[in-house]
Amino acid sequence: MTTKKRTEYLVFLLMAIIALFFLLPFLWVLLTSIKPEAEVFSNSFLPGSFQLDNYYKLFQKMPFLQYLQNSVLITLLSVIGVVLSSSLVGYAFGCIDWPGRDHLFYLVIATMMLPMQVTMIPVFVIFKELGWLNTFKPLTVPMFLGGGAFNIFLMRQFFMTVPKSLLDAARIDGCSEPGIWWKIVLPLAKPALATVAILTFMFTWNDFLTPLIYLSDKAKGTLALGLGQLAGQQQPEWAVLMAASVLMMLPVILLFFLFQKYFIQGFTMSGIKE
Amino acid sequence: MKPLKKNTLWGYLFVSPWIIGFLVFGLYPMIMSLYYSLCQYDVLRIPQFIGLRNYRELLFEDHYFYASVWNTLFYTCIRTPLVILGSLLLAMLVSKAARGVRLFRTIFFIPSIISGVILSVLWMWLLNPEYGLINTSLQFFGLQGPLWLIDPRWSKPAIILMSVWSLGGGRMLVFLAAIQSVPDHFYEAVEMDGGNWWDRFRHVTLPFISPVLFLWFILEIIGSLQVFVEAYVMTKGGPLNSTLFYNLYLYNKAFDDFDMGYASALAWLLFLLAGIITFIQFRVSKKWVYYSGGTGK
Repeated sequence: MTTKKRTEYLVFLLMAIIALFFLLPFLWVLLTSIKPEAEVFSNSFLPGSFQLDNYYKLFQKMPFLQYLQNSVLITLLSVIGVVLSSSLVGYAFGCIDWPGRDHLFYLVIATMMLPMQVTMIPVFVIFKELGWLNTFKPLTVPMFLGGGAFNIFLMRQFFMTVPKSLLDAARIDGCSEPGIWWKIVLPLAKPALATVAILTFMFTWNDFLTPLIYLSDKAKGTLALGLGQLAGQQQPEWAVLMAASVLMMLPVILLFFLFQKYFIQGFTMSGIKE
Repeated sequence: MKPLKKNTLWGYLFVSPWIIGFLVFGLYPMIMSLYYSLCQYDVLRIPQFIGLRNYRELLFEDHYFYASVWNTLFYTCIRTPLVILGSLLLAMLVSKAARGVRLFRTIFFIPSIISGVILSVLWMWLLNPEYGLINTSLQFFGLQGPLWLIDPRWSKPAIILMSVWSLGGGRMLVFLAAIQSVPDHFYEAVEMDGGNWWDRFRHVTLPFISPVLFLWFILEIIGSLQVFVEAYVMTKGGPLNSTLFYNLYLYNKAFDDFDMGYASALAWLLFLLAGIITFIQFRVSKKWVYYSGGTGK
């Protein structure tokens, strides 16, 4: 074998080992979720028999369908709110010329530096005064107000690539600004819209802190909140917990394989995972 | 109406959702938070102004505060270089065209789509000292694994291990994109001079990707300082406060004790700390970050 070929094999082997490190946990979790209780506490990797008892048990342990419904509703509203409002604001920054625009845009960027801990407590007080505790409003209404500095930035960057001649031609034809935004720019911006939608979905679906603060009523909980509480019990039932995790991961993984490109775009552009 | 005036009107109209959001959920809360930090405030009664007492108590009497600062700094200082270095190595490994390399990229990235509670719950089970995957695997090689989340010495490393697993693949793609944007003729120049792979990395790749590295160094540090969900779900700050991270302590003060004034002071100190660290980073960066087409911007 030549040296070059040997290096190639070594690199392949190394990548395969690392792949194992990244993938085995998923397999292990899936296998745990279908193991009978007795087998969970043994060091065997493969289950002796296949059964779905842990999934049935999960439905008794927590109001899974209620939480699912809440999570879906909150996530859906958030995605709609963020995509609509960040594209509106992004349009003003990327497609219209007006005095003061760039200064305001710098202000938007500057707000990215502001940690949410600083605003968290007064915002809680505002929602409490409004009587919005234990409603979905604190989780969804803010999403319609700008949709976050990063998303605005992403939209604006994309909108700036839309040819100015196209916009001006529409203006001369008598198309209004909202008309241009809706009929010309948005259809062109599908990749940007998809990226923002996916980032928002991921963030909202996984969000733990906001529901923890605002949704103390058990019937109002989300899947993320329910999973966290189930894990916080004195003697956690691992197989049931893994069943819950598998079900909660399912839509995320499905979405990933359907829209890989936008996922990767979103992740490489943002540090959103924290 | 003149077109300019019309544009101004439309501009502000389109931006107005953000302006409302910024005033109500950004500017006003910021001012109030600063005010609360100078008050005794439990949400039920009106805030009582007490001057700098919260800050004095934090800095001179509260050993939990220092424990949380220590835990968070430890976490940040170990995790940041591990994630950056690990993902950079991964990116270099998958940057060459080789058999299966595209599949490996996808596989390395997959853990990045899991975060927050799910990630924490998965790893609680993986890190289970007796039956978890990690210690079972170590046993397979004849090694006795530590108690991880139950042992105060191993609880922080356990959470760091988890975040390297979950962040490595995502950052890998960022660095991969940067590496692939390096023009080939620079490498050829090094090869003509008889340089090896280290020279190629040291003199071509590293200078080229240093702006990206720098940006992610800062993002990584800011992200690490925010660690919360992991500790809240996995350890509740234990054992022996070894995972009482800053934001967990802040959350406990605010929403368990309802000591909103004290928690607001904590928030402002964190803001200050993050600001100082970022400032230092920018100063140090002048020594090693290379911007092409400028004389050290």
